[in-house]
Amino acid sequence: MSAVTFDKVSRHFGAVRAVDGVDLDIAEGEFFAMLGPSGSGKTTCLRLIAGFERPTAGDIRIFGEPVADLPPYKRQVNTVFQDYALFPHLNVIDNVAYGLMIAGQGRKLRHNAADEALEMVRLGGFGARRPSELSGGQRQRVALARALVNKPRVLLLDEPLGALDLKLREQMQEELKTLQRQLGITFVFVTHDQGEALSMADRVAVFNDGRIIQVGAPEDIYFRPEVPFVADFVGSSNVLPAALVARLTGENCPAAIRPERLQLAEYGPIMARVTGLSFLGLTTRVSFETEGARLTALLPQDAPRPLQGDLVALNWAEGDLHLMRPKS
Amino acid sequence: MMAARSESIGTRLSDTLWRRPAVLLFLLLLPPVLWLGIIYLGSLFALLLQSFFSIDHFTGQINYRFTLSTYAELLTPANFDIILRTVTMAACCTLASAVIAFPIAYYAARYARGKWRAVFYLGIMMPLWSSYLVKIYAWKLILAKEGILTWALEGMRLNWLLEAYLSLPVVGGNSLSVSTTGTFIVFVYVWMPFMILPIQAALERVPGSMLEASGDLGARPAQTFRHVLLPLALPGIVAGSIFTFSLTLGDYIIPQIIGTSRLFIGQAVYQHQGIAGNIPLAAAFAVVPIVIMGFYLWGAKRIGAFDAL
Amino acid sequence: MHSDRAPLTLKLAAAGGLLFLHLPILLIFVYAFTTEEKSFAWPPPGLTLKWFAVTWYRADVWEALALSVRVALISTVLALILGTLCAAAVSRTRFFGRETISLLVILPIALPGVVTGIALRSAFSIADVPFSTWTIVLGHATFCVVIVYNNAVARFRRTSGSLIEASMDLGANMFQTLRHVILPNMATALVVGGMLAFALSFDEVIVTTFTAGQQQTLPIWMLEELVRPRERPVTNVVAMVVALVTMLPILGAYYLTRGTDQVAGQGK
Repeated sequence: MSAVTFDKVSRHFGAVRAVDGVDLDIAEGEFFAMLGPSGSGKTTCLRLIAGFERPTAGDIRIFGEPVADLPPYKRQVNTVFQDYALFPHLNVIDNVAYGLMIAGQGRKLRHNAADEALEMVRLGGFGARRPSELSGGQRQRVALARALVNKPRVLLLDEPLGALDLKLREQMQEELKTLQRQLGITFVFVTHDQGEALSMADRVAVFNDGRIIQVGAPEDIYFRPEVPFVADFVGSSNVLPAALVARLTGENCPAAIRPERLQLAEYGPIMARVTGLSFLGLTTRVSFETEGARLTALLPQDAPRPLQGDLVALNWAEGDLHLMRPKS
Repeated sequence: MMAARSESIGTRLSDTLWRRPAVLLFLLLLPPVLWLGIIYLGSLFALLLQSFFSIDHFTGQINYRFTLSTYAELLTPANFDIILRTVTMAACCTLASAVIAFPIAYYAARYARGKWRAVFYLGIMMPLWSSYLVKIYAWKLILAKEGILTWALEGMRLNWLLEAYLSLPVVGGNSLSVSTTGTFIVFVYVWMPFMILPIQAALERVPGSMLEASGDLGARPAQTFRHVLLPLALPGIVAGSIFTFSLTLGDYIIPQIIGTSRLFIGQAVYQHQGIAGNIPLAAAFAVVPIVIMGFYLWGAKRIGAFDAL
Repeated sequence: MHSDRAPLTLKLAAAGGLLFLHLPILLIFVYAFTTEEKSFAWPPPGLTLKWFAVTWYRADVWEALALSVRVALISTVLALILGTLCAAAVSRTRFFGRETISLLVILPIALPGVVTGIALRSAFSIADVPFSTWTIVLGHATFCVVIVYNNAVARFRRTSGSLIEASMDLGANMFQTLRHVILPNMATALVVGGMLAFALSFDEVIVTTFTAGQQQTLPIWMLEELVRPRERPVTNVVAMVVALVTMLPILGAYYLTRGTDQVAGQGK
């Protein structure tokens, strides 16, 4: 069964089309990522599911039920906010128990449930603290517990890891994945970080300018982009312009090639001038300029390194060049 | 499944408001807009209307026919004098307030730290919020002939100086509490606190490094003040001057208690509506500060003074 | 100019300015104890507590005080309601005419009080409204709205908008959200706004002279004494008490908002 479906959903703010005719189908139990640059409409889509925004046009269903007239407090959906939105006037336990309190549950019952939820996010014993006394990572866990304690059927996460530092972020990625697998709830999460989307999600929808331009498994998005935007945004792939691809392959469409697949060779189909080198540790990033395109290669540390200004030949293995044929 | 539960009125009402955010906005705005729109703007409009009527000087009745003659009356020498005197006083008070307020604001913005910040904050806010009439009364005590000022000057054997000053025309008088100088002092005292905070806000946005840079480039402190600090503080000074100017322009109690018998705009308004019963002329007088402040605000907006508020 | 120590002239000028602001008010405290009855003679020939007792038994003072408190209380409640509603509308949504609403709220204190006063006075006479407590309240509530509004808007701006969404997301309808999230978070701002509005109303005299008719609020009583002194020592005592009472709200407001970026009281 589908957890969330969008049918030609649009949300306009005056002349701005934040979301523009989006079709979407999120399956039950799926870990679904909405990926895109800021202003691409991904957050608005999330807010449409939560009920903070109402669609200008189109039809949204949650578990088959149309939600056009359902306010947020009647949807079986909970949200983890980007800024966590913990209530500053309540301590941690009352924050987590808030939903249960509103639902009319007794004090003891709801505090027990909240305690359990806090255990689950490994914050047992933090109940009496104020949100302001917690670190960013701890606040994020409280926000998570506060949403999950209501047993939502869909959990929405808005850039949940954006405010954390790198190490904490990696740790939380693991934990979120484990949690999602344990609970079997549908997770929908919004991010602008392609690495996060690819590593966590079962499926990724790539947004640009209010539309979804590609939906698929992380491998598809990464290795088989359908349009240059996806190639560039998701994997920082090299995009070869149609004219260059036409000369190389005879097909008149753009193509993508991953930087780590480009090799320096004695002979190759492309001659390029080296415009920059930077040392990244495991690899060296080399930038080139050629026939109206800027390319990047990641060379392993043991590979011979060119010098700035060298004219070099570039080559790649059969199948590494991914053609982005226009969809019929 | 939630819908199956019988719902409270609150939830049903809340649903409707969620579906129609415009209704929610309308309901929020309705009471304040009704209040301010009807009571306040309505009254202002009625006032404006009155200024276009005139009074029959023989019967004392208001003549309800549109005329500009009441405004023309403002330009008679006696009335125009009142306007000129009030505007001059407002300008002088504004200038004096800026001069006194600047060092306080500058010190508070740049040097006051920790405990001293609180001292300065309260030191500025307490006089600003303490009672208007009590402040005037305090000055009546100070400026009285038998008051503390005379006593202090006598103690320093300087009372001849005060005598000499009081014998001057225009600014002098029988004693300070019945002189234009007295009015001026009290105006400055009462409205000056309103000048400090906007200047302080403007100065707090000037990074200390900028002043150091000026000094580094060879500017003497006076030059730094003239070419760096003053221009940067100007929006704050103008923002503060909006208060001092407007408040002085419309005040009628201070000159009534401390000052000469020469009228200010506020007094003219009060007397024409009260004793003389000439509502049209009072209304026309009341329009004067509105128009002046309109131009003042327009000018202030152009130099960006509102960002400092 | 690179050290963090202020030049001496600046120190003196700042200290002088602050003294200029405070000394006259302190003087009031001395005069309340003077034995001199007929003039403002300094130094006081003697000190006494007698006039506190005399003032205590003065019915006119109590009546004026009662009217002032009643007017200030009603005006504060009205200003709290109107100002909070207005702040909620302006800070939660962007709508056409938003700037106009802000201007409308600020106008009553932006224009000189004498304008507001005579406008209300002439409106009362046109509409044939007899003077009462309510005519005074009408004027006071109008210019108190902006005090509450300023404090509420500042607080709304600082509280994250997602708090309300979070509450609704967790199952609370708008009224539950108001009760459990919005009001607790607004509480100190509203208390501060209310206290300052009370102080403003309690001390107001310019508009009140136009809207009170024959009634006497405490400031009107004081004004009468200033224009036509009857018993100076009683005025001295009342002045001291009023000076003390009007300082309480700003001290309370400071205490409640210290440590936050927006300290109260800037919008008188």
